[in-house]
Amino acid sequence: MRIGEWRRWLAGGAVVAVLATGGAVWGLSDGGPPVRSVEQRVAVVDGPHDDQHVVLDTTFTAPRRPGRFPAVLLGHGFGGTKADVRGEAERLARDGYAVLTWSARGFGRSTGEIALDSPDYEVKDVRQLIDWLARRPDVRLDRPGDPRVGMTGESYGGAIALLTAAFDPRVDAVAPRITWNSLADALFPDAAAGGDASSGVFKKLWAGLFFSSGAGRSACGRFLPALCEQYQKAAEAGRPDAEVVATLRRSSPASYPGRIKVPALLVQGQTDSLFPLDQADANARLIAATGAPVSVAWYQGGHDGGDPETGRVDELVREFFDQRLRGDGGGPARFTVTRAGGIDSATQKTVVTAATAPGYPGTANRPRALALTGPVQPVHRPAGGEPASISALPGLGALGSLDALGGSALAGAVDVPGQSAVFDTAPLAEPVRLTGAATVRLRVAGPGDVPLFAKLYDVPPSGPAAPARRLAAPFSVARAGAGRDVTVTLPAMDRLFDRGHRLRVVVSTTDMGFATPPAPGTYRIAAAGPLTVPTVPALRAPAPGVPAWVWALPAAAVLVAAALLATGRVRRRDSFDPELADVPLEITGLTKAYRDGHLAVADLSFRVERGQVLGLLGPNGAGKTTSLRMTMGLIRPDAGEVRIFGHRVAPGAPVLSRLGSFVEGPGFLPHLSGRDNLDLYWRATGRPADDAHLEEALAVAGLGPALDRPVRAYSQGMRQRLAIAQAMLGLPDLLVLDEPANGLDPPQIREMRDVLRRYAATGRTVIVSSHLLSEVEQTCTHAVVMAGGRRVAAGPVAELTGAGRRLEDAFLEIIGEAP
Amino acid sequence: MTAAGGAQGYAARRTLPLRVEAVRQFRRRRTLVAFGILLVLPWVLVLAFQLGGDPGRDGEPGLVTVATSSALNFALFALFVSAGFLLVVAVALFCGDTVASEAGWSSLRYLLAAPVPRGRLLANKLAVALAYAAAAVVALPAMSLVAGTAAFGWGPVALPTGGSVPAGDALGRMALVVAYALVSELVVAALAFLLSVTTDSPLGAVGGAVGLVIVSNILDAVTALGAWRDFLPTHWMYAWTDALQPDVVWTGMAKGASLSVSYAVVLLALAFRRFRVRDITS
Repeated sequence: MRIGEWRRWLAGGAVVAVLATGGAVWGLSDGGPPVRSVEQRVAVVDGPHDDQHVVLDTTFTAPRRPGRFPAVLLGHGFGGTKADVRGEAERLARDGYAVLTWSARGFGRSTGEIALDSPDYEVKDVRQLIDWLARRPDVRLDRPGDPRVGMTGESYGGAIALLTAAFDPRVDAVAPRITWNSLADALFPDAAAGGDASSGVFKKLWAGLFFSSGAGRSACGRFLPALCEQYQKAAEAGRPDAEVVATLRRSSPASYPGRIKVPALLVQGQTDSLFPLDQADANARLIAATGAPVSVAWYQGGHDGGDPETGRVDELVREFFDQRLRGDGGGPARFTVTRAGGIDSATQKTVVTAATAPGYPGTANRPRALALTGPVQPVHRPAGGEPASISALPGLGALGSLDALGGSALAGAVDVPGQSAVFDTAPLAEPVRLTGAATVRLRVAGPGDVPLFAKLYDVPPSGPAAPARRLAAPFSVARAGAGRDVTVTLPAMDRLFDRGHRLRVVVSTTDMGFATPPAPGTYRIAAAGPLTVPTVPALRAPAPGVPAWVWALPAAAVLVAAALLATGRVRRRDSFDPELADVPLEITGLTKAYRDGHLAVADLSFRVERGQVLGLLGPNGAGKTTSLRMTMGLIRPDAGEVRIFGHRVAPGAPVLSRLGSFVEGPGFLPHLSGRDNLDLYWRATGRPADDAHLEEALAVAGLGPALDRPVRAYSQGMRQRLAIAQAMLGLPDLLVLDEPANGLDPPQIREMRDVLRRYAATGRTVIVSSHLLSEVEQTCTHAVVMAGGRRVAAGPVAELTGAGRRLEDAFLEIIGEAP
Repeated sequence: MTAAGGAQGYAARRTLPLRVEAVRQFRRRRTLVAFGILLVLPWVLVLAFQLGGDPGRDGEPGLVTVATSSALNFALFALFVSAGFLLVVAVALFCGDTVASEAGWSSLRYLLAAPVPRGRLLANKLAVALAYAAAAVVALPAMSLVAGTAAFGWGPVALPTGGSVPAGDALGRMALVVAYALVSELVVAALAFLLSVTTDSPLGAVGGAVGLVIVSNILDAVTALGAWRDFLPTHWMYAWTDALQPDVVWTGMAKGASLSVSYAVVLLALAFRRFRVRDITS
């Protein structure tokens, strides 16, 4: 920075005075560190002769904590005021910047007239705002009078950033968004090679909107009168004249090559027919030529609407300033393109991903040539230029952004029959992603100077063709009478053309957004060369990373599961007492209390020897069934143990395979037949089929033909017999039957007794529980009598009954004595 | 007699073979009815489209608008409409019913006294139930492919967001979609299984698991919960539609699979822990 120059500037008479400080002070604390804002009016002097006094309405927003912060000048869009950018200013201030917003001259409560970011007016104003910043105690200085300052803003506020940087070396970095390189070329574009604003086609719809938003109620509103006059003249003619082009060029960064030497981030919209991507491209070339690093970002929004991607753009700008205003100022330049990548299934919203490449390659990178087919086509321009085809519509907004989804249902764009020529490529063998501006060479013949409009369409294999982007590239062909070849640059864009799709170049004679001559005419248009499609393969969208919990959660879950299984483990003590190896069953001190506190079995002990038929006798609720369930390993005793052939019983203890049981009713799969039930049960034990002795068991069941009917059709007695047969499968060494006589008729009961006696006679052991005394008396050799969960008597039946006494009497006597 | 005291020929590792358990479950009426519904549904949908005509391409891009483009599209649509409830019920049925119904029939105690070791019984029952559940989830798109081929022809998949994928590539994506659908149902399966070993009522187990899905869906609709919804078991239920974007988006599926597997592992561990020490009173 040259102090001398700054002194001259001051000497030139620019006096900055703060007319009112502390107009309003407020603190904000929602989300992030608090910031404070101060409104003040700043008096500045500008004009070609530095004689115009203007008062700017400004707001200074800075972090509440003490310190000196890098400054950011944040401009607003055309037709707006500083209030439009308050939110962004506060976000930047929270990130540690001292942000100054102002209403540009001619807008809001600032005085003066609109001069379109002119170096004589708006640029001088902003230079004095930088002076003002340099005197703030909370703004970081590079040198006295030279604050560390970056500039950003959209559109009108972006152009002033570029222009100020061209005129004031104190600006350290600029991040202009959706703004122009040449206002002349933006409003009078000519996409033909060698064309410029002087031969351009008037972008009448946007120009009209642009000017009327500054005009207000009167025709010229707050415009500088001279400026207004020039615009009206050009708009009336529908053609540029030298004077207006010269004025617009004065307000264009394009006119100051070599003067913008600071790092830049150029954010441009893909949905923007006012300042399309080529404007940012031109700015990038302009700045890069000075050697300054230039990052470029193309996002989904723009003047025509689309996804504003506020968060992402904010982030880009903040990152840029953090890099260029804070740290060492270094860091690589990048090219970022955001792409609509489908729909997030969880939120049903379009996913926009950002692809990045190191360095900006321009809009003509690595072109591929695709041959165009199509005959020479006559097109005509209607008298008066109506009806006109429609490509972009200012403010079309949401409709324009729908195309980005590829939802071509709303084609929207209208081409009037007879007014357009169409040239197609062959269907694509592989998808092609166009990034940049395609070019095409056309041969045009027709009377006089011809304005034409070139557009790019995407033609799916089935369904209607849709505009690749709602943009048209106007171009004019001078003296086309004998036919002229012209190379046309199509609108720059980023677009994937899918496999099987064709690219289509449409050349039309009219476009609603542009002025066309009222005279009718007919032209012949032919493709004179291939379509060159630029690509940027270096653009890579980072695979959207998954949050750490995606990996951590399953790992944590496995740990939790392991902990659950390890801690819940009951120590399995395989205990075998060889002395008891021949004792079918020994129960010692067996105790079980249910959760409700009911003591079902208390300190039960007894022993069963080989060849015995033991009756477990007791009234209902005596604890017989609970004891048997513990014998089967289904219920865990609170104390004591059960040993079968010397092996302690636990859930799943292998010795249980020597036990056949029927406890508390049958358990069958009702949809299977009796035979299948037994068959599958035996197969479930995993033992050899030959060991089952199925026929013997079936003989016990005596079901006859019913054996092949589903069990659900059985009577209770039939199920009972089938269950006893199941218990006898494999001829277990110890057979436990709980109330086996239930549901059997007297002859069956008698037969059952014989079966059990015979069974015990083979050296096996049978335990029968029953509350029927006669049953036990007639079947059993020994008996254990239980009451209230305790053993009250045990011994051979004959001993219990005594001489000539019936068991029933003995039983009642025993029960009566029970505690 | 074996060394551990078991009867001749007994070995714990041979008890309740998978094939036996599969046969035990297969002939059940609910198994056959569940598969019947899943296999008939595609034909019903075909009939509906034939009667109702082309779904048209208006409105929101969605699977329904391209349902009749090809057999694969139709299969994806069938999966889309049934993933939310029908498949959940099928999975809950197979996994929730398996132990609880044995308890209800009292056959559980005889299996355990056979003895089938408790861990082995659960593991094999779980394996068979999961296999049936997986078969159910696969049966629907498979039959839809058959029905779709008959009705709409074989061809490339039209993506709901525009564009298309050739049939060969699309089959791979279809496999991915079905695989994700399977993984995402794991949480339902695991919860149903846990309830199955906890209660003796099969209906309670199946209903409980389906109920969880309903409650989770309701909570998922409460946007005020914000990021907490990411951890609801059903939040990523439809993440497989990410496989139908021009480029497969993995994030949602990764999150969903991670969540489902994590819940399932913990729920299954709880089921085993519980069953190991439980007193069998059924």
